[in-house]
Amino acid sequence: MRVSRAETTLNYVILLAFAAFALAPVLTILATSVSAPLGESGGLHLENFARAWTVGGFGRSLGNSVVVAAIVVMLATVLSIGSGYAFGTMRFPGATPLFYLFLLGMMIPAEATVIPLFFDLRTLGLTDTYVAIALPQVAQSIAFGTFWLRAQFRAMPTSLLEAAALDGAGPLRALRSILVPASRPAIVTMLVLVFMWTWNEFLIALVMTPGGSLRTAPLGLATFQGQYTSETALLAAGAVIIALPTVILFLFLQRHFIRGMLEGVAK
Amino acid sequence: MVTRARARPSAVARSRVTPFLFLLPAFAVYAAFALYPLGRAAQFSLFEWRGFGPSTFVGLDNYVDLAEDAAFRAAIGNALVLILFYAVIPLVVGLVLAAVLRRGQVRGMGVFRTVIFLPQVIALVVVAVAWRQIYSPVGPLNGLLDAVGLGALARGWLGDPGTALIAVGVIGTWIEMGLVMLLMLSGMSRIPQELFEAARLDGAGPVKEFFAIILPAVRGEITVALVLTIIAALKTFDLVYMTTSGGPGNSTTVPSYEVYFRAFDLREVGSASAVAIVLTVLIFAINVGVTRIGERES
Repeated sequence: MRVSRAETTLNYVILLAFAAFALAPVLTILATSVSAPLGESGGLHLENFARAWTVGGFGRSLGNSVVVAAIVVMLATVLSIGSGYAFGTMRFPGATPLFYLFLLGMMIPAEATVIPLFFDLRTLGLTDTYVAIALPQVAQSIAFGTFWLRAQFRAMPTSLLEAAALDGAGPLRALRSILVPASRPAIVTMLVLVFMWTWNEFLIALVMTPGGSLRTAPLGLATFQGQYTSETALLAAGAVIIALPTVILFLFLQRHFIRGMLEGVAK
Repeated sequence: MVTRARARPSAVARSRVTPFLFLLPAFAVYAAFALYPLGRAAQFSLFEWRGFGPSTFVGLDNYVDLAEDAAFRAAIGNALVLILFYAVIPLVVGLVLAAVLRRGQVRGMGVFRTVIFLPQVIALVVVAVAWRQIYSPVGPLNGLLDAVGLGALARGWLGDPGTALIAVGVIGTWIEMGLVMLLMLSGMSRIPQELFEAARLDGAGPVKEFFAIILPAVRGEITVALVLTIIAALKTFDLVYMTTSGGPGNSTTVPSYEVYFRAFDLREVGSASAVAIVLTVLIFAINVGVTRIGERES
């Protein structure tokens, strides 16, 4: 296929212009994160990361984020494997309407559920707990995961399950020793996406931790911004620390991110 | 009937109870932490309540009041403007970039895809910190304007009522264009290569090729992209909270920010819930509406 020289040049100009637009904010924040903090002279200031870490208390908020992400990712995945298995491989009365009820969850905005959740959990004395931050996010991820894994299990040949039945396997063993190992790529995609959503989640974490002791990393950054508005170098360093886990994961597992975000959200 | 009653749920599941046992744990969490609170939000929206103490049943008054509410009307108006930046512009940009990449003979296509998709995976709070620095009165944007002799235009972009909403909108374009581009690319990858070759034999240039072959083929992806990005425009809470808090005045508030602000700053839980229900209905309507239009067109 031939494309004229002029067109090729124009193509490169368009692509480079948008690549520059996409990268400019990323480079800005990287450059700011190693720039001179208030009252210091120029040069490369790598110690900003260590200072931001201590001043912003990121050790603690990152720790909270890790716990929340672990709970959400594990619970949402295990529960969605169960529901995806039922919807994807079994016939039972009410399957279709029940599945639509799960799909609805992909549209329910956190804005709508977070107010009653806050007041009802406060009544139960559960605000400022991991339960309050994690379970609403598990519920959101279950809606996605059920949809995603149902499609995965449905696409598997029925002969797999028939062979398992001949071997005398029950439903749980067939799932654990045949379907789950064969679905590893789809499950990894789900793990990666749910991790990213949980790591970046802001509204639920903000509302559910009025006391501040269980603040997650994004909230830690928001608080830091409120307290040290003029410390742009430290603020940028903190921002880089928080963005790093998802960006690194993305660079290594790009295929999973892109496949999940395109097929998963695109129904 | 007899055979149906005896039919097993699957080859390995013998009991009719089995499917429900696998469903139950997921359903219990989903119902308790998504469905039930949604119902409670609808209930809250019919009351006047300050978050503690007694509440008063007011029927649909909270909804009626919204019609006259300046902040709510501003939020809807701002969301409409943001749709231009979050959905329409990224759609045009995404289509052009995908068409350019698809025509091929571009070196480093993989790197380019990675770079332009990157904003999608960065936490919005981090995005907000980065763009606040860019837009700051002493930030690189004003520096750039100074350098090219347009220093007169320099300002605090997020603090100026005339530019704050556009400034937030540009962040939205930056975030969404990569997602739209990849959606379009995946749609275009299904077009058989012979179609392009035939068009080229007929002497079709890139523009004609775009309108005759590409655009009709990616209708489905355009629908999906519009649903996702329009909803993102309505829900842009993190960015607004971190960059402008809805200000100056009401110039950058959006429905999702109004929900939070009313419930936790103004302590008008009923009104906040009414906004939340309106937002939910809007999101359902956009999903159904845009998909319907997409199906009718094809």
